[in-house]
Amino acid sequence: MSEIPQDLRYTKTHEWIMKNDEGTLTVGITDHAQGLLGDLVFIEAPEEGTTFQEGDDSAVVESVKAASDVYAPVDGEVTASNEALEDTPEIINNDPFGDGWIYKIKPEDSGAFDALMDAEAYKELIESADE
Amino acid sequence: MPFIPHTEEEVKSMLEVIGVESIEDLFDEIPENLRSEGLTKVPEGLTEMEIGRIMRARADQDTYRLCFAGGGAYEHHVPAAVWEITTRGEFYSAYTPYQAEASQGTLQLLYEYQTMMASLTAMDVSNASLYDGASALAEAVLMAVRANRKSKSKRVLMPRTVNPAYRKVAYNIVHNQGIVLEELDYDVTSGTIDINSLPDEPGDFTALVIPQPNYFGSLEEVDALTDWAHQHKALVIAVVNPMSLAMLKPPGEWGNDSDITGADITCGEGQPLGIPLSSGGPYFGFMCCRQVYVRQMPGRIIGRTVDLDGKPGFSLTLQAREQHIRRSKATSNICTNQGLLVTAATIYMAIVGPYGLENTAAQSHNNTQLLMSELDKLNGVQRIFNSANFHEAVFKFDLPLSDVIRSLAAQGIVAGVRLEDDYPELGNCLMVCATETKSEDDIKGFAKTLATTLTRLQAAACPVQPKMA
Amino acid sequence: MLVFEQSRTGRVNAAQSAKKDNMVNVIPDNLKRKTRPLLPEISEMQAVRHYTRLSQKNFSIDTHFYPLGSCTMKYNPRACNQLSMLPGLLNRHPATPDSSSQGFLACMYDLQEILKDVTGMYEVSLAPMAGAQGEFAGVAMIRAYHDAQNGGKGDPARTEILVPDAAHGTNPATATMCNFKVKEIPTNSDGDVDIDALKAAVGPQTAGIMLTNPSTLGVFERKIKEIAGIVHDAGGLLYYDGANLNAILGKVKPGDMGFDVIHMNLHKTFSTPHGGGGPGAGPVGVSKRLEPYLPVPMVVENGGEYHVVTEKSRPQSIGRLSAFMGNTGILLRAYIYARMLGSEGMQRVAEYATLNANYMLAVLQKSGFEIAYPNRRATHEFIVTLKKQAKDLGVNTMDFAKRLLDYGFHAPTTYFPLLVPECLLIEPTETETKQELDDFMQAMVAIQKEAESEPEIVKSAPHTLPVRRLDDVKAAKELDLTYKGE
Repeated sequence: MSEIPQDLRYTKTHEWIMKNDEGTLTVGITDHAQGLLGDLVFIEAPEEGTTFQEGDDSAVVESVKAASDVYAPVDGEVTASNEALEDTPEIINNDPFGDGWIYKIKPEDSGAFDALMDAEAYKELIESADE
Repeated sequence: MPFIPHTEEEVKSMLEVIGVESIEDLFDEIPENLRSEGLTKVPEGLTEMEIGRIMRARADQDTYRLCFAGGGAYEHHVPAAVWEITTRGEFYSAYTPYQAEASQGTLQLLYEYQTMMASLTAMDVSNASLYDGASALAEAVLMAVRANRKSKSKRVLMPRTVNPAYRKVAYNIVHNQGIVLEELDYDVTSGTIDINSLPDEPGDFTALVIPQPNYFGSLEEVDALTDWAHQHKALVIAVVNPMSLAMLKPPGEWGNDSDITGADITCGEGQPLGIPLSSGGPYFGFMCCRQVYVRQMPGRIIGRTVDLDGKPGFSLTLQAREQHIRRSKATSNICTNQGLLVTAATIYMAIVGPYGLENTAAQSHNNTQLLMSELDKLNGVQRIFNSANFHEAVFKFDLPLSDVIRSLAAQGIVAGVRLEDDYPELGNCLMVCATETKSEDDIKGFAKTLATTLTRLQAAACPVQPKMA
Repeated sequence: MLVFEQSRTGRVNAAQSAKKDNMVNVIPDNLKRKTRPLLPEISEMQAVRHYTRLSQKNFSIDTHFYPLGSCTMKYNPRACNQLSMLPGLLNRHPATPDSSSQGFLACMYDLQEILKDVTGMYEVSLAPMAGAQGEFAGVAMIRAYHDAQNGGKGDPARTEILVPDAAHGTNPATATMCNFKVKEIPTNSDGDVDIDALKAAVGPQTAGIMLTNPSTLGVFERKIKEIAGIVHDAGGLLYYDGANLNAILGKVKPGDMGFDVIHMNLHKTFSTPHGGGGPGAGPVGVSKRLEPYLPVPMVVENGGEYHVVTEKSRPQSIGRLSAFMGNTGILLRAYIYARMLGSEGMQRVAEYATLNANYMLAVLQKSGFEIAYPNRRATHEFIVTLKKQAKDLGVNTMDFAKRLLDYGFHAPTTYFPLLVPECLLIEPTETETKQELDDFMQAMVAIQKEAESEPEIVKSAPHTLPVRRLDDVKAAKELDLTYKGE
């Protein structure tokens, strides 16, 4: 069973979202998602200043046999991008919820975070998909 | 039964295993009303000998003695060994190297090909080829739009000195995606892009296409053009003849701007490298680019890696860009490369080597200069562009060109490529090319035949009035 | 060893680089090349030996059974190669006037006519250079057709192409290239298109549907007429992906199924060489209403003379897709093959390809392998799923595929179609003997036994090839795409 930290929020498309003190959100992909993709070989993270609508393709994570879009969980503007992923994409495999974060986004609506799926709901989602 | 090995007895036992009475029963899921009533226009089958007779008769019907046409397809000598090896069954009848361990021959060859093309163009990386030069340019335009994140315009500057067929193909393939190809006119004296006519403030554009040599055979001022595009944050797409690169500055070195030199994407037609004329195909398109854009490149790419024992080996890599994985978000819908043609080109380059390629290019250049000086001597024929050229030149005729072409064809000579259809302003203009395959006698003989033909056509056009008695 | 590692500076292959003295060179200095490219400096014999040896590291149809599903790896008759390379055909420059090209053009025209008959379409263009380009041409014609509706004002609401989830990846990729949105249609448990889902998906936004029939699942879509009705009633067009035409050649014509446009893969059905990944040829056929949009050039016959027609006389054409006339050398091979088969021979292709596939299905099923669609008749190919082996023995499809190489067989297509887990898509083609099929199936049984008794042998296969399994992660992460010297 893959790890699902309690304090994060999630999407149906396997992104996780963390709320930061300065009002931004950090976005990454879940342990479950990295497990499905296998060894990652390339990450295309968005540039700072890019704006997204919820559901937009915001990043690409690529393994040898698959490439998957990372969808923006909320409307907002990218404030930081994880540059370490450029040379060492495997961080996502090793530490998906920590050093393997992909980008930070400043949400247009500060309440957007609370509307996202919580850990329990996400756990149910992946369990039902496994059956 | 042609190419079907089954004996009656085998068929019987196979049907028994399946549990049906006849082969026809195997089609029982196809609704009856869809069953075809047979083929009416397909003739009866022929033996190999019979079809051989037909094909030889048809091929013999089409032979000519001499060809001075170029325009994107060039007659070069192909060493005998090239196609002897290329058509070995192990290359000829293999498929895309999905099972890398069982395809190391093709894979290593493609890696060698990528190395040769990258070096010839002085670019960082090469893919394993695309369909042909024209479609490679279309793919290069799509790639530039993906790669140039600084431009939002989807606007690509396309000089009229780029092969007109390539421009049409590029338009046909990219226009549905809202990409605009904006024409740049050429200078009528030089037959090249007029560097002074380029605007100081061109507005946002994604890429500039630079042909070298251009469609007329003329040499563009590639350094200044490259710098101009880069100053405006646009990418440079080079369209080059790989044979000419044995003599000409390679795209990876274009430009004098110390911050960023070189084309960003280089593409072109690979046919001059050991591929027979064959009515225009199959040829192969090549594409090279800067390392930073490699993930935006379409087509197959081969990488060197190691096996479980640490032994070097080769495999398809960066496959996640491709249609079979990325589906609607792939870099292109392209599945294949032109494997067999690239096999020939790689063997060709290995056999002729750097000196052979240089000599072939230099002789083609030399022969074309000789052809030009011979044609310059003729009445009613003028060369129209004054710029330096590689191995093609354009001449304007006083007499109707179609008559000249038809008359020479009847004498077994393909005179060249007429430009009027694509360039209305170049009426009666013929583009000629003399590669290394033409001897001095061929060239002088052609000029002589042309002179005689012109005299005869002249006489027919303005018959001398018989003197009244 | 790489060819570059055999190179010695200064070795010149004199027979291939005759040099003249006193050559004229008018190239300005600033446009000249100053460095020599890294091409090997080796003798002709070294080159011949190097590439002959490389060729021997390949599996190919000429050396191995190659049951790669969806690729139709049948025998490529040598006559097709030899006759298409007769000097008059091989040396013809594309700018040669039609008047001096009647022999060549006759072959092209005849092939168009043959393909019209085989597909039941109104007209055919040979222009596209590969299946994927044929697909592009087809979908571009669908776009052109909708753009010409309402008196030329177009039908801009039609923004969507429907694609069954079993389709080749090229289908959605092509739709995107033509700026359509892609909507996937699910497949039901018998392998047919889910009709209810299709009914729910069509509407005024539907530009068309792309279908492969028989589908990539190795079964014939039985409700094709109903599907055609649903899509046509909604104002959409039907696109036929000809990838599996070999299964029905001469038996069913796509035109009769209601398709408006079709592409053919001549390197599959018409046995032109796969060449290590190309060249292909992907002619397109259309119904009458799409005829004006066909890509150029095409060949027409007029009073016994053949002519090439271009955009000039076909202004509504989607235009040209190649610099000249497409992959004509491949078209010649297909023509020669078609003439050797003749009308009877074409039907036999479908019959014996189907016989071989159903025979293999029956034997493998009796040997205990799980068939993905056991209640269906196989077409020219069928699917085995190894999900039990993967779960119970830890030996997956890739392991089976690699072990087959050790037994001297090219592996079937693996992990495609994506719908069936751990799948092998097996297409024997009509040109294989019963003996070869039996040998292959014995190898499958032997590998199954190995998977049960000594799975490591299977999981670490292949053992007998020039290399063992390759590190694909390293290949993608530490890109080494060109030789840079050691």
